[in-house]
Amino acid sequence: MSLQLEDPRVIEFDVRTDEMLVNMGPQHPSTHGVLRLLLKTDGEIVSEVTPHLGYLHRCAEKIGENLAPQQWIPYTDRMDYLAGMNMNLGWALAVEKLIKMEVPEKAMVLRVAIAELGRIASHLVGMGAYGLDLGTFSPFLYAFREREIILDLFEEACGARLTYSYLTIGGATHDLPEQITIPPGLAALTGHKMDLSLSWIEACLIFLEWLEKRIFEYHTLLTRNQIFIKRTAGLGVMSRDMAIDYGCTGPVLRGSGVDHDLRRDGEKIYTRMYEGYTFDIPVAPFEVAPPEVILGDNWCRFFVRMKEVNQSIGLVRQALARYPKAEGTYRVPFKMATKLPKGEAYLETECPRGQMGFYVIGNDAANPLRARAKSSSFCNLSVTGPLCAGCLIADIPAIVGSLDVVMGEIDR
Amino acid sequence: MTSAEIHQALVAKFGEKITGANLEALDPWIEVAPAAIVDVAEFLKTEPALAFDALNNLCGVDYFEADPKKAAKFGHEPHVEVVYHLYSYTHRHWLVIKVKTPRWQDGAPGQLPDVPSVAGVWAIADWHEREAYDLVGINFVGHPNQRRILCAEDWVGHPLRKDYEFPLEYHGIRGR
Repeated sequence: MSLQLEDPRVIEFDVRTDEMLVNMGPQHPSTHGVLRLLLKTDGEIVSEVTPHLGYLHRCAEKIGENLAPQQWIPYTDRMDYLAGMNMNLGWALAVEKLIKMEVPEKAMVLRVAIAELGRIASHLVGMGAYGLDLGTFSPFLYAFREREIILDLFEEACGARLTYSYLTIGGATHDLPEQITIPPGLAALTGHKMDLSLSWIEACLIFLEWLEKRIFEYHTLLTRNQIFIKRTAGLGVMSRDMAIDYGCTGPVLRGSGVDHDLRRDGEKIYTRMYEGYTFDIPVAPFEVAPPEVILGDNWCRFFVRMKEVNQSIGLVRQALARYPKAEGTYRVPFKMATKLPKGEAYLETECPRGQMGFYVIGNDAANPLRARAKSSSFCNLSVTGPLCAGCLIADIPAIVGSLDVVMGEIDR
Repeated sequence: MTSAEIHQALVAKFGEKITGANLEALDPWIEVAPAAIVDVAEFLKTEPALAFDALNNLCGVDYFEADPKKAAKFGHEPHVEVVYHLYSYTHRHWLVIKVKTPRWQDGAPGQLPDVPSVAGVWAIADWHEREAYDLVGINFVGHPNQRRILCAEDWVGHPLRKDYEFPLEYHGIRGR
C-alpha cells in the first residue's frame, strides 16, 4: 500500500522548524576564551545573537586605583595577554602624558622594536587561531612555531614569555642584551650552530629574515585557499559607518575601508616614536583580493592583519638599525612614590587588536584617582549582534574569529 | 577646529547649558548640564564642522574620599562624573565632554543618579553605559537595555564607587 497525501501542504507544516535558544560557549573552542553567545535560531539560521561577558572579570580598574602606576603594569599585560608589550606601552605612555615626562631617543627606538615584534606575535596567533576556527589545523602549528622564536627573544630581553611588564614608565626595565646564545628553535630552523653566541639584535635580524620568506607560504596556505575564501569572503560585511558607530578600531576598522592608524594619526606623544620610519598602513579594498571579496568582510579583516605583519617586520628592522646609534639611555628613572599631579590624561595607542585607551586621573597622590582601560576588543565585540543576525550557525565562528577578540581584555 | 572654537560654537548654540570648561587641560574638556547631554551629543555628531562621529571612550568617575582623615586634602567636592572622549574621523580632532551629577539622586544614599543615555547617538555607547552602570553606578535614563555587563547579574553594589564594600560572601564563596 503506498502512502497517498491528499494535500501536500500538510507535510510542509509538519517539518516546520521551531525557534530555539542555543548557548554557544563559554567553553566553546571557537569563542576565543570564555565568551558566551546566546543564539536565537530557527533551524540553521540565526536571528539574534546576544554576547554575555564577564567570565574573566576581576575589576582591574579598581585594583589600579589602589596601586602606583608602575605596580599596575603587570595587570595591563594580563588584559591582552597575546600582546602584553603593547599594553604595557599604552599605560606607560598615558602616565607619561600626565606627568609630562620626556623619554630619551634610545628608549623610544627600543619601544618601537619591541612593540612591533609584539604585534607580529599577536597577528600570528590571530591568523593561526582563525584557521583553527575554520577547521584547518596546519596554519596554527606554523604560526606557533614562529611565535615561539619571538617569545624566546622576549625572554632573553626581559625574562618573561607571556606577561612581560617590560616596557614601563620612563622606558623599559632592562636594556637589550649584548650577548646571548641563539634560541634553540631559531638555530634549528635556520641551520645555525646551537651554541652560537651573538647579540640580541643579530638574533632578531636572523629571525626576521627567516620569517619574511614564510609569509608567502601563509598566503598560499590560507589567503588563496578556495575553501578559506568560500568561508570568509562576502560574510560578516561591515560598512564604514557601522564600524565607526560601533567604535570598532584597528584591523577591523581598516578592513572596512577607513584609513586610520594611530601610529600615524594619533597624539604627538605616541606618533613621535614613529617619526622618520617608513611604513604603509594596509587598508581595504585590496587589488589582489579574490573577486568574491566585498569591502568590510571577514577576508578583508584577515588580510589587513597579514599585511601588517610585513609592515611590522620593516619597522623592527629600521628600529634595530637605529638602536646602536640612538642617544640617551633605555630608561629615565621613575620613583614609585612620585605624586601624580592634579589633572587627567587619556591616551589611545594602536595595539594589534585596535585602539587601546588608558585614562588616568591624578590627585596629588601616588595612586591614581581613576585608572581606566578602554578595551579595543570590547568595542569590536559589541558589533557581533548586528553582524551575525541572519547568518548560519556555522558562520558565527568565522565572523567572531575575524574580529580577533581576547576575552582577558574585554572582561578586565 | 580648536577646542576654543568648539567651545564658542557650543556656547552660541546651547547658552547656559554649557556649564563650564577647561581649555588649558592636557585634554581640553567642556562641561555640559546633564539634561542637555543628548542634544549636545546630537549636535556634535551631526554639525558638519564638528562631525564627532566616534565615541572613543565613555566612563564614570567617582570623586569621593571615603577616609575622613584624608577627606580634607582631597580637593574635590564629592560628585560623580560621566566622561565622554570623542573623536572625528573627518576632521581628526578630539574633544572631552563631562557631565557632573551628585553621587546619589536627591541625596538619598543608594539612589543612583540619573544621566540621559546617548546610546541613540553612538551605538557603542550602549555597552559603555552598561559598563558605567555596572561598575560606577549611574542610571542612564532611556537606555534600551540597561543591565549589568561585567559583574554577575545578581551582584550587589557598584565596585568602582569609592565607598564600595566587598561582599562577605557570594553564593557560598568567601569574599574577604
